[in-house]
Amino acid sequence: MIGNDVNVVLPELVLVGAAMAVLMWGVFSKREVGAQALWAISALFIGVGAWIALTGRGTDAAFNNMFINDGFGRFAKITMLWSGAAVLLLSKPYLERAKLMKFEFPVLVALAMVGMMMMVSAGNMIALYMGLELQSLALYVIAAFNRDSLRSSEAGLKYFVLGAISSGLLLYGMSLVYGYTGALGFAEITDVIAAEGLPLGALFGLVFIVTGMAFKVSAAPFHMWTPDVYEGSPTPVTALFATAPKMAAAAMITRILFDAFGGVISDWQQILALLALLSMFVGAVAAIGQTNIKRLMAYSSIGHMGFAIMGLAAGSEAGVQNMLIYMVVYVTTNIGVFAFILNMEKDGRAVTDISALSLYSRVAPGRAFALLILMFSLAGIPPLVGFFAKLYVLQAAFDAGLGWLAIAGVVASVISAFYYLRIIYLMYFGEASEALDGKIPMLHMGLLAASAAAMVFGIINMFGVEGYALSAARALLG
Amino acid sequence: MPSIILFAPLIGALIAGFGWRVIGEKGAQFLTTGLLILAAVFSWVVFFQSYPEAETITILRWVESGTLSVDWAIRMDRLTQIMLVVVTTVSALVHVYSLGYMEDDPQWNEGESYKPRFFAYLSFFTFAMLMLVTSDNLLQMFFGWEGVGVASYLLIGFYYKKPSANAAAIKAFVVNRVGDFGFALGIFGIFYMTDSISFDVIFTQGHHLAEVNMGFLGMEFAAIEVLTFLLFIGAMGKSAQLFLHTWLPDAMEGPTPVSALIHAATMVTAGVFLVARMSPLFEYAPATLTFVTIIGATTAFVAATIGLVQNDIKRVIAYSTMSQLGYMFAAAGVGVYQVAMFHLFTHAFFKAMLFLGAGSVITAMHHEQDMRNYGGLRKKIPYTFWAMMIGTLAITGVGIPLTFVGFAGFFSKDAIIESTFAAGSAAGQYAFWMLVIAAAMTAFYSWRLMFMTFYGKPKGDKHTHEHAHESPLVMLVPLGVLAIGAVLSGVLGYGYFFGDSVVAWFGDAVHNHDIEHTLHAAHHVPTWVKLSPFVAMLLGSVTAWVFYVWKTDIPAALAARNGALYRFLLNKWYFDEVYDILFVKPAFKIGQFLWKKGDGSVIDGGLNGLAMGIIPWFTKLAGRWQSGYVFTYALAMILGVGGLITWFLITRGIN
Repeated sequence: MIGNDVNVVLPELVLVGAAMAVLMWGVFSKREVGAQALWAISALFIGVGAWIALTGRGTDAAFNNMFINDGFGRFAKITMLWSGAAVLLLSKPYLERAKLMKFEFPVLVALAMVGMMMMVSAGNMIALYMGLELQSLALYVIAAFNRDSLRSSEAGLKYFVLGAISSGLLLYGMSLVYGYTGALGFAEITDVIAAEGLPLGALFGLVFIVTGMAFKVSAAPFHMWTPDVYEGSPTPVTALFATAPKMAAAAMITRILFDAFGGVISDWQQILALLALLSMFVGAVAAIGQTNIKRLMAYSSIGHMGFAIMGLAAGSEAGVQNMLIYMVVYVTTNIGVFAFILNMEKDGRAVTDISALSLYSRVAPGRAFALLILMFSLAGIPPLVGFFAKLYVLQAAFDAGLGWLAIAGVVASVISAFYYLRIIYLMYFGEASEALDGKIPMLHMGLLAASAAAMVFGIINMFGVEGYALSAARALLG
Repeated sequence: MPSIILFAPLIGALIAGFGWRVIGEKGAQFLTTGLLILAAVFSWVVFFQSYPEAETITILRWVESGTLSVDWAIRMDRLTQIMLVVVTTVSALVHVYSLGYMEDDPQWNEGESYKPRFFAYLSFFTFAMLMLVTSDNLLQMFFGWEGVGVASYLLIGFYYKKPSANAAAIKAFVVNRVGDFGFALGIFGIFYMTDSISFDVIFTQGHHLAEVNMGFLGMEFAAIEVLTFLLFIGAMGKSAQLFLHTWLPDAMEGPTPVSALIHAATMVTAGVFLVARMSPLFEYAPATLTFVTIIGATTAFVAATIGLVQNDIKRVIAYSTMSQLGYMFAAAGVGVYQVAMFHLFTHAFFKAMLFLGAGSVITAMHHEQDMRNYGGLRKKIPYTFWAMMIGTLAITGVGIPLTFVGFAGFFSKDAIIESTFAAGSAAGQYAFWMLVIAAAMTAFYSWRLMFMTFYGKPKGDKHTHEHAHESPLVMLVPLGVLAIGAVLSGVLGYGYFFGDSVVAWFGDAVHNHDIEHTLHAAHHVPTWVKLSPFVAMLLGSVTAWVFYVWKTDIPAALAARNGALYRFLLNKWYFDEVYDILFVKPAFKIGQFLWKKGDGSVIDGGLNGLAMGIIPWFTKLAGRWQSGYVFTYALAMILGVGGLITWFLITRGIN
């Protein structure tokens, strides 16, 4: 039995073992091995992702249903692993310049990745919490990774304190659910609800659970940490926050809502619709006032998570499918955008003020054009992929009878177009200012171009993501 | 071969329009002209090949949607052949003529390139017109219909630096919208009733449609009447029939070759062609046919009255065109579509000729168009004079009654007048008298044009007259070719269009309930009826001679004595003014209101208020909440949880 269980969690075990090994290597090595460790972990991410993609079939459960390896989980894991690898690779030049290229960084990212993989595969409240905390603790630390910087330390601390509150809410919700249903496993909870209905106490528990998770996806009104942490953290960490953990948190919410509370969709639908509405509007309205591109991307991610949650609020197979598509598109776009942001520099110092982008199209027309495509895609302007991603979630919400939410989504999307377009405006029509440096490493240029190209050519068939997302959604909804 | 006829003009238009920088201005001109001549030659070849049965040449599958299935196909039958010959011949001649006419256009400055554009438009127009006449379904026909509309718009507005040209182009387009709306509704209606828009299918449905009713404007009508009426609305727009005619005179703002090609010989006859093409449906719709007859006859009369007093040479011919189109519709209305096509055929030659001749006069007179400034040009431009003379003889219908000697108009116009009388109905009688009177007026204004232009003493600017010169050969050759048509098309076509060979020659292209009987009746009308158009022509011609050659002070005196009538005619029955008050002004008012108040105040104002007032306020608010203090953030989270819980308590109730 235990052999089978181990087989199911083998990818996670490999990552844990690798993280430990790299840790030991770093500690006992005479020289600083940060760069090599980063390469190793990145390669491992890509490899494990490919391994899961190539060998994963069907649904397996391990450790008494504590851990479920199914198509849904695999979809999320592959997205997280590959985007994590991309962000790690993008991080290297920045970390080296900032003298932060230490081996702890890739180790922490690897451990966070294990936590995330645990989150999306959990079949039980305890397992879920374990994964969540593993991820969070690692992320708290790397948020404060630039420990000599006041802002970075502040960001880490804020994230930690608020994260602790959200964990408290989540745990309280779990205990309520346990108290009223007598179960911790998702399957058992479903059985109890099916047999006895959802007691009010368990419903309260559900609200607390959703609240705790809403913090992780930075949905309004639990989003307030996001701008400060995005701004304060070193930029590679911000890039990481904007990609893999968002996917993990969204997948986690989906898993618990459908696996444990799939029988009472109408009860949680309202909460999610409200969260989606608030997130979309906060993301759109508050971003208008931002001048720091990292804060701007923070609000952008709040708004986009609102759209993803809208797909979830549909409570249907199409909703889950379109949410997954949305997340993949969002993550892909963000990799490109951060590949750009990581290279916003002047005289060797990182610049984050968007006014620095004035007339950037004259400094680097290619990059400016790539960013233009990405911004258009984020704003959801046809015919780019971002438009179709939005369209799909709107459609799912509309088909589920949430027409008002879909309309609100369109309005919010129009408002949010303002700040995306402003960046484009600055790049192409802004007033002359001191230009940024024109250098960009090949890898960054490649990922930026690939991301932008994906937004254009993805409209043909989304590179097949639709089909994978559909089978993932089917796996979850059974 | 039909495909070559069809696509040669398109290829010419595309290459000349987009590639003239490569092949040069001259290249573009000669290429389009050459391709058109090729198409014209092929058309004549096809014309003389016999097509007893309608033949369909499918080019490609076009639309497939539900039960709607449309091919892109050429329907080759007698009607198509006639139109092919008319369109490509006139178009080729106009292309050739334009080589000379457009050479030094004073509308353009030195170095501005306008010729390739002009030729590309001409060729594009020809392609669209061919599309229209060769179509084998209503959608393709509508495509061509709109295509010629666009080409017409572009060519009327060719001198886009002139505000009046732009206004005329827009007017033509808008007025045609009204007709096209009817046409489109007719197509929808036909598809609704028969589940097809293919000619082969709908032509078999005429009898059935006559027996079923359909609701229209809240009332029940026989389906066939509604559908044909709607189609005829489309024909009225394109063929400038009464109430939808106001665009045609203004369309004379375009270059003169355009007027000859589009606004005399081809596009404006599309409506007549439509009615003839749809004859298997129109034959079952007696009420619509009566309406067609009345509109046609009235148009012929009204346009002729206006033509009597116009002073712009092109406008006179424009009203003449409108009047002649009325003749054609009157013929179609009494069920002799073949005769309508006959007049269409002959008219294309002599009217194109008159326009090209007028163009020649205009070039000779340095772009002076007012006939009051002409006079005595006979000696200065003899070839043009003779061309115009032949055209005038043809349009007025000169010939020896009761014999087969005469110019083209003599045969076709007399055939129409005899047919209307033979129809025997009240509408036919009305049409007969209207058309005879119109024939007299036709003779009057045509000869008035001739006398004012070529006879008498030179009037107007002396300098201009001194420099009047004959046009170059490229402009005279087309006139000569057309002259042959103007003289011979009547006598040669008589047998096929109106004589004994009609039924065999047209085959299935046109459907008549009882053509033998109708033609027999038309041929055996009383002799005074046969003489009436000749007498009317004589009266009109002599009056014109008296007024403008013999006692030249009569017209002014007459105009002074009957001031009201004169102004009424001079102002074209005040159609434009009435439309201005009824439609244009209110539309402008509504537009102004929607623009200033609706768009400006409500939409712009609302959006600006939202975008610049309310949303920034929220942005500031969000910024204030984002205090940077952890306790504020924690408070927001707790408030959020509290809010959600409270909401659930309220909505679910505590039970």
